Amino acid sequence: MSTKKFIYLNRKAPYGTVYALESLEVVLIAAAFEQDVSLAFIDDGVYQIIKGQNTDGIGMKNFSKTYHALGDYDVNKIYVSAESLEERGLSVDDLMPLTYEDEDDDWAEKTSIKIISNVQLTKIMSEQDVCLSF
Amino acid sequence: MKISIQINEGPYQHQASDSAYQFTKAAIAKGHEIFRVFFYHDGVDNASRFTVPPQDDRHIVNKWAELGIKNADGSDVELVVCVAAALRRGMLDESEASKNGIDGNNIHPAFRISGLGQLIEAGIQSDRLVVFGD
Repeated sequence: MSTKKFIYLNRKAPYGTVYALESLEVVLIAAAFEQDVSLAFIDDGVYQIIKGQNTDGIGMKNFSKTYHALGDYDVNKIYVSAESLEERGLSVDDLMPLTYEDEDDDWAEKTSIKIISNVQLTKIMSEQDVCLSF
Repeated sequence: MKISIQINEGPYQHQASDSAYQFTKAAIAKGHEIFRVFFYHDGVDNASRFTVPPQDDRHIVNKWAELGIKNADGSDVELVVCVAAALRRGMLDESEASKNGIDGNNIHPAFRISGLGQLIEAGIQSDRLVVFGD
């Protein structure tokens, strides 16, 4: 099966609607297809990977830990919109430390997260074969 | 061109399914091949055979179902409903109903239930994957 470049755009808050959860389900299933995968978090989507999520008061499943598994699935290109963070008073320190082990560098643990501008994200999107927006 | 469609919203509440239907019909009329139509999120509700709209309104489910028997070259348009999204929303076919001990099923026979891998495969196999929804 051929390899294509897939990008998943995560644009919505983790709770309130089911889009974030069901997007993550697609990403994890897609990993089995060994495609070139990127994730982007923009707009309220940046809240999906915020640290210290606690859903005790709302009766929803806290699925934020699942994002830590992405590195094990070889999903290590995670782009976060700098503008979206700034508009919400957030910085990279507010995000969960999502990492992967680099097999080309003696399995050194490295961050998967890259903070980029929306202009850079536009360029990355234009280089993709398939763009799934959630 | 080989095109696949993803529909992320339910019928009547949102126009996504209507727009996707018009797009699909127009693409077939232009001689394009529709590889697959994949229903995700609330989009799975487009497959309910219990849908009964008022007589002067369009019947979205039947429109999709009728499309299922006429692709450009006479082949079927694949109407695929995501199993995980369907089950959590109470959409079941005969097999899933009996597997889960539920005494009824509501998936229209023109649709079939399958996994998210079918969406990824559609992205890989098609020249374009067109997403309809918010």
